[in-house]
Amino acid sequence: MNLNNSSLFEVLKSAFGKDVWGIVAPAIKDTLYMTILTTIFTLFLGIVLGIILVVTDKHGIHPLPVFNKILGAIVNVLRSLPSMILIILTLPLSRLFIGKAYGPEACIFALVASCVPMFGRLVESSILDVTKGKIEAAKSMGTPNYYIVTKVLVPEALPSLVRAFTVAVIAIISITALAGSFGAGGLGDVAVRFGYSRFKTDMLIAAVFVLIVMVQLVQFIGDAVSKHIIKKRFLS
Amino acid sequence: MENSFISIKDLYKTFKNKNGDVEVLKGINLELEKGDIYGVVGFSGAGKSTLIRCLNRLESPDSGVIRIGEHDITDLSKKDLNIHRQKIGMIFQHFNLFDSRTVYGNVAYPLEIAGFDKKYIKHRVEEILELVELTDKIYSQIGQLSGGQKQRVGIARALANKPDVLLSDEATSSLDPQTTLSVLDLLKDINRKLGLTIILITHELEVIKYSCNNMAVLENGLIVERGSVRDVFMNPQSETAKLFVKINAEFAANQWVKEGEYI
Repeated sequence: MNLNNSSLFEVLKSAFGKDVWGIVAPAIKDTLYMTILTTIFTLFLGIVLGIILVVTDKHGIHPLPVFNKILGAIVNVLRSLPSMILIILTLPLSRLFIGKAYGPEACIFALVASCVPMFGRLVESSILDVTKGKIEAAKSMGTPNYYIVTKVLVPEALPSLVRAFTVAVIAIISITALAGSFGAGGLGDVAVRFGYSRFKTDMLIAAVFVLIVMVQLVQFIGDAVSKHIIKKRFLS
Repeated sequence: MENSFISIKDLYKTFKNKNGDVEVLKGINLELEKGDIYGVVGFSGAGKSTLIRCLNRLESPDSGVIRIGEHDITDLSKKDLNIHRQKIGMIFQHFNLFDSRTVYGNVAYPLEIAGFDKKYIKHRVEEILELVELTDKIYSQIGQLSGGQKQRVGIARALANKPDVLLSDEATSSLDPQTTLSVLDLLKDINRKLGLTIILITHELEVIKYSCNNMAVLENGLIVERGSVRDVFMNPQSETAKLFVKINAEFAANQWVKEGEYI
């Protein structure tokens, strides 16, 4: 059903009808599965990457300038590749590790490879906002470096880290949708395969609607958590 | 003086940057007794901050020896340095408290680092908060406190682990005059009660006049004058000391003159 053979009202009605949701609902499940899995990897690896970038900076608490430059360069290379290209490039990796290059699991490599560098940089900038004075105070009390990270840098940067994480999750949702058109399945796949290729505008609308709801929900939760922490700390 | 508690010998420090090297400390020698409140005064850029930061190695000097008690601070491994730093308290101009922690959490921090058990930490935090008169704020967030209260938390945090020395890096410079007095009273009180050695750097001579026994005047990376606060005030020798005393006297003399008329 599309706007050439039906009225706008009929298309909208069908977009929320049984036939369409019979296809969209399993796609939501796939998208959620990929998003959540990627989010877990990205959260963990991105925070580690961000911390390493800050700590090994030449003004950091454990300067390793050469290592930092190389790592920074790798991050920049990964970030400058469009997600679409990254998906193509990581397909052989998926084949190697999982044995297939299609399906939700296979695209996790691409999603992680493209989201971790982005989130890592966001984590880096959040942690860099922790004032130097606090780090010096921690040092003056004889804090070993790993405690500076776990007891000072991360807790102090928490509201900002939550916002960064929100941005990252939304990016993951959007890249997951993109990966759909490379055989990963999910809402992006439905939108492209049915909505675009077969002119089923109602399916396109349904898929986009779900994506919008997901993004709004993530943003709402992220904002609420960050604001809650700031309010609890009497920082505003 | 062989029996001095802290001794600094021939301390040099140069900062290297793109526009050339800046020699900040040009051979500092300083001795101070246990239990003293020692003030170092200087104009901006004299090197006083660098000097005090060398005492706990937040800056590493290029050459020279710093001895606190029996230990040479300049010759410690990173691990030993951390252990020694636990016995050198420091307070800062901008307090540098942790917003992620309550008053309790901030004062408990150095004790957590030192590896004490929870029971002792609780006991010690309550004890030290009583000393700085903040018992009623124990579970407040840092963001709820006034400047003076924040500095009291800073002092409590610095004292929690029973340090041998307290370093004060312009600790009253961002406080109003009344709060400054109350914080200085607290430092004097602590010095008397605990016999703690305090080194205090400032650009305000009043602060030293009010709280210190002995002082040094720092100019361009060199100590140009030293002695008891009384002697320096009564009979300043160096140009810088004379200037400080003159500015101090003029402020005192002109405090009734309207702002517009005072040059």
